[in-house]
Amino acid sequence: MTTALAVEAVGITKRFGPFTALGDVSLKVAPATVHALLGENGAGKSTLVKCLLGYYKADEGSFLIDGKEEVIARPADADRLGLGMVYQHFTLVPSMTVAENLVMSRADVPAVVDWGKERADLEKFMADMPFKVSLGAEVGTLAAGERQKTEILKQLYLQRRFLVLDEPTSVLTPQEADEMLSLVADLAHSGSITVAIITHKLKEVKKFADEVTVLRRGRYAGKGRTADLEPADMTAMMIGEPQAPASVERRGAAEAEERLLVTSLRTEGDAGRAGLDITKLAVHPREIVGIAGVSGNGQKELAEVLGGQRVPASGEIIVGGEGYTATRDEAQALSVRVLPEEPLRNGCVPRMSVSDNLNLRSFDRDAKGARKFWLNGSAMTDRARRMIAAYGVRAPSREVPIGVLSGGNVQRCVLARELDGEVKLLIVANPCFGLDVKAVAEVRARIVAARNAGAAVLLISEDLDEILELSDRIVVMHDGKIVYETPGAGADAQSIGAHMLGSH
Amino acid sequence: MDSLYTVLIAMIAGALRVSTPFLFVSLGECLTERSGRINLGNEGVLVLGAMVAYATSYETGNPWIGVVVAALAGALLGSVHGAICSLARVNDVAMGIAIMLAGTGIAFFFGKPYVQPTAAHLPTLPLGFWSDAPQVRSALEVSPLFFIGIAAAIGMHWFFRATRIGLRVRIVGDSADAARALGLGIDRIRLLATAAGSALAGIGGAFLSLSYPGSWNEGLSSGQGLMAVALVVFARWNPLHCITAALIFGAAGALGPSLQTVGVTKGYYLFYAAPYVVTLVILAATVRPGRSLRGMPGELSIGR
Repeated sequence: MTTALAVEAVGITKRFGPFTALGDVSLKVAPATVHALLGENGAGKSTLVKCLLGYYKADEGSFLIDGKEEVIARPADADRLGLGMVYQHFTLVPSMTVAENLVMSRADVPAVVDWGKERADLEKFMADMPFKVSLGAEVGTLAAGERQKTEILKQLYLQRRFLVLDEPTSVLTPQEADEMLSLVADLAHSGSITVAIITHKLKEVKKFADEVTVLRRGRYAGKGRTADLEPADMTAMMIGEPQAPASVERRGAAEAEERLLVTSLRTEGDAGRAGLDITKLAVHPREIVGIAGVSGNGQKELAEVLGGQRVPASGEIIVGGEGYTATRDEAQALSVRVLPEEPLRNGCVPRMSVSDNLNLRSFDRDAKGARKFWLNGSAMTDRARRMIAAYGVRAPSREVPIGVLSGGNVQRCVLARELDGEVKLLIVANPCFGLDVKAVAEVRARIVAARNAGAAVLLISEDLDEILELSDRIVVMHDGKIVYETPGAGADAQSIGAHMLGSH
Repeated sequence: MDSLYTVLIAMIAGALRVSTPFLFVSLGECLTERSGRINLGNEGVLVLGAMVAYATSYETGNPWIGVVVAALAGALLGSVHGAICSLARVNDVAMGIAIMLAGTGIAFFFGKPYVQPTAAHLPTLPLGFWSDAPQVRSALEVSPLFFIGIAAAIGMHWFFRATRIGLRVRIVGDSADAARALGLGIDRIRLLATAAGSALAGIGGAFLSLSYPGSWNEGLSSGQGLMAVALVVFARWNPLHCITAALIFGAAGALGPSLQTVGVTKGYYLFYAAPYVVTLVILAATVRPGRSLRGMPGELSIGR
């Protein structure tokens, strides 16, 4: 068995042009511990570990590995020292098997791979591991939790002794997350590896990490033993204010009318996955229905069907009593608005300006909603200016391509556009993915405000905490089907999690 | 009954003969696409390979040297495609069309003097020796290139499964993120895969002009290099399935000529369109909206 490394970063500074991503940040990780690196998006956590792993070259500062100063100029240097990272977006090859992925990750792959021998070696390696993954399975067919485990196994297989996990639980169910983190913590405490976890989830820090270092806007903001810190203390360090913004209250009860009614909806499966098979799903005005599920169980397909990006094989969608096929005219007439996941990819034209993107719903309509041929430039500018001010979008100007904005600002733009005017039905998919605490609170408040104003909201999210916080009613999807339904008030996370995994 | 027998024999013969260039081009295209790039330029490579092979065979008297030189010419044109596609913001489909036009243009320009003369043909293997029927004997005169193609398909399957370079090609083709995380030179691997793929397409071209009763003329390829793209989709990017796919396309291509041999005089030219119809039907049947293709390399520009 390998032994854990002590890793220390001293006075690291990293600039991108005039922008200082990281200013004089130090980090000390004791061997055989789990160290949390806490901070909001853009706080510099990823930049710091990328410097440590040789993906970026730090402008100032040095790294001490087991007390010895080391130059880490390239990823290969980090490999040699036994430092490894599990990325937020997986780096496994989807069309290859677990065995192929593991073997190819090695630096010394032989020119001709003797699969008989490699398989035997891998089975032996797997026998010593605290968790197992089927070696012959194609990675693309594995659930997110399994993929995450495979990534970690890959690092152990490469005999890494210091492991960085970048937002490791963002795609996992609560059970999977707990299981995976406690396995990792056990590995660390057994002395075989040292672990650093990049996260913004306080619960995880409190439960699994031994120590925590907090960054804020590229600066060191505090550290301590997690046993001595309360979540409120950590939040304060993270956002620089004593407490997180309060969530908006849901007011008023759902109405009886079925604003959205989906019946017998089916789609073709993708790449070996089951397609959608929804018998009935209804959303009422002044109600948020949260759809929970492990990534890849049909939520994305559902959002695509309702957003007009995917054609269903069969089934009926009724909005406000009328048939709905998600065309632009129907969406306009029925006031259906969509906040898709990855808004830059699914809800924007990245190379068009912020102003143009803010006007995508309305640029060719006059005040009464009729089509017009000539654009009204000044009206478009006015509308863009109004939205930018109302939603606090930070952009260098209205005319820059929207693709250059940060994730939070793109999300604000799309929200501004979609929530403009009357909203009868709002489809939302993973609205807070990758946003910081303040932006998250703001986005959620806007969604709840739309609900309070009488919109029916379908919230599709991989973040179960978000669903529990916002939903009036929760349904769980598994394998493209709705397998469980519960009122939002008093919903039990454990039983929802069990249904997400398809075992109950 | 007799004529049906004749048509069948002619179709088998045709399938064996016509499928050979399809097999080589589709294997080449398969290799290139598995690395994450499309090369429509293989149509140009096919024509250039045919011309170069014929000219070399005529000048040297040895058709096998022609085959080798055709492969080299293909590799050269493929490298040009691969190198230019490595540049930022170059679209591989548009570039492929440019390479296709360049390849055919070069072939027509330098090929003019070789339209008339007769070059040495590739030998054939008389696999019909056991039969007395002359049709069977002539039908089973199979080019050794056919078997080399089969061997290449099996070899490529093994290459993708059990060699370091083969697995690297797959990684680069399926996930550029993963490839970068492993420190692989994505552009270099794609360039080599494109060059090697085009070399195979060049051999396919050599077959067109050097197998009996081939000769060099400008209408030689009739779009086979482009059909190979559809064929690779049909074969699900699996080299072994390329064999089946090539045989089906070959049989379809042989339908028209076979009917002509039994004296169908009306409408037989419609059957000449069979390979194109098969291409359309296959694409329509396999590329439906609402789902993505299984087996498709994740980095292909048409898939993203």
